[in-house]
Amino acid sequence: MRYTLRRATEFVIESIVRLSGVLAIIFVVAIFGFLVREAAPILRHVTLGEVLSGTRWLPTSTPPQFGMLPLILGSALVTLAAALIGVPLGVGCAIYIGELASPWLREVLKSTVEFLAAIPSVVLGLLGLLVLAPFLRELLDLPVGLTALTGAGMLAFMALPTIVSVSEDALNAVPDSFRRNSLALGATRWQTISRVVVPAARSGIVAATMLGIGRVVGETMTVLMVTGNAAVMPTKLSSLLRPVRTITATIAAEMGETPQYSDHYHALFLLGALLFATTFLVNLLGDLAVHRGQVR
Amino acid sequence: MFLLLRLCTVAIVVPVLVVVYFVFIGGLPAISWEFLTQGPRNGMLEGGIMPAIVGTVYLVAGTMVIAVPLGVLAAVYLSEYARRGPLVRLIRLAITNLAGVPSVVYGLFGLGLFVLLLNFGQSLLAGCCTLALLVLPMVITASEEALRTVPDGIRHTSLALGATRWQTVRRVVLPNALPGIITGVILSVGRCAGETAPILFTCAAFYMPHLPGGIHDQVMALPYHVYALATQVPGAPPRLKWGTALVLLAFVMAVNGVAIAWRARLRRRRR
Repeated sequence: MRYTLRRATEFVIESIVRLSGVLAIIFVVAIFGFLVREAAPILRHVTLGEVLSGTRWLPTSTPPQFGMLPLILGSALVTLAAALIGVPLGVGCAIYIGELASPWLREVLKSTVEFLAAIPSVVLGLLGLLVLAPFLRELLDLPVGLTALTGAGMLAFMALPTIVSVSEDALNAVPDSFRRNSLALGATRWQTISRVVVPAARSGIVAATMLGIGRVVGETMTVLMVTGNAAVMPTKLSSLLRPVRTITATIAAEMGETPQYSDHYHALFLLGALLFATTFLVNLLGDLAVHRGQVR
Repeated sequence: MFLLLRLCTVAIVVPVLVVVYFVFIGGLPAISWEFLTQGPRNGMLEGGIMPAIVGTVYLVAGTMVIAVPLGVLAAVYLSEYARRGPLVRLIRLAITNLAGVPSVVYGLFGLGLFVLLLNFGQSLLAGCCTLALLVLPMVITASEEALRTVPDGIRHTSLALGATRWQTVRRVVLPNALPGIITGVILSVGRCAGETAPILFTCAAFYMPHLPGGIHDQVMALPYHVYALATQVPGAPPRLKWGTALVLLAFVMAVNGVAIAWRARLRRRRR
């Protein structure tokens, strides 16, 4: 009798544990499914092609226009610029930490990077708004300091912890024998790093870049506070020095003021679904690169 | 070439110091007993931030009440019950991707599901549920790591003594892994306290004259308050903005500091 009771308890508990285990899968599917469900009604009025290629985002005018291209390009521009600044810096710093720094300096630098990762994005946004933007405006003689470049600078800074720590892990995973063999063959320290260690850690560095980009694409508060939020088409290189508006900032700024279940509400969910799909893809690629690195 | 690498490092370290410098220089003059214990006055142009501090504490506590049991159970499944295979691979992929979902998307999901569909309204409850989803991957990953450090010998001994699987997990494995799990939980507290986008449309109040009375009330929160002061209140004195940012940063850093010190003590004791 006691035995059956115990077996029953055991069975119930195991089922609960099993359910919690697959919870992560359920949540990912639920989030995407829900975003699509809430986004679908907007596509009754306009086609997906129209929305994606439309160049005017005027959700509150009559009739409203939901052209998402300026927002998509805004996100792309800021992300690209942030990656161009952040990836070389981050990988360089990772090489310094992993290959050159003395043990105590390595600990100090790693803690600094960890500290940076823990700073809330809204605090960095405040800093961008009150310090970096006025500084850039003076420096480059711009009409406003809240530009794509300001946002890209802040975002690069925020992506650094991810880029540095993942790259550093990858460099750490390169066996020491590689380094010793290269040095024994007469290569200098720099040649060893650039021709042996970094190529061996390549897939990890690719992963670091992808994961860093994933972080940048989805960052919201800092971008909302420092990029100026003008939904114009960024077509020229000089757009970097003008205000832009990203997908994330649009959602954050407009969702609070839009009536529930209006066209605008559904359009914002479509932006959310788009964002989710993008980061999912980028993170998946990053994850695959990490695993490929481990297998080798 | 080495100089270049050194410059990269400097280019990361110096901005971190700049951040700390500005937040402290700007924020310290604002910090006073009144600032920490009173509500905002005169259309947020004066007064303190007490409701935002209390709100953040409520939010964090509520989030952990939801996320910790779920996260720990999920970790128990991954480390104690699951066999290697496609399902586990899929779960890990889901966890990685859950960790990569932008916080504003969590906000959208929370608004659509908790606030509107489940009719929680903009409330502490909806905010906590949303934040719980956000920190879940962190809790799972940290707990699983902690469970994996428990030596297999202990498990085998317990099973050999006739304990069932769950008895082994509850009485032997979990107590041994507890300190590690707590470290992970503390780190997720830090993360959750600083998030703004997920609470933007699920629970954050711009201004509340009183403290939240229950889980169906809206709350003020520190990160949202920083955002509101910086962008929604024209003419708010910079002193208040930096002061609020300093309190938030100090809170997050204190929490992280506790976690790091705790982890270091653990490592020493294990040796």
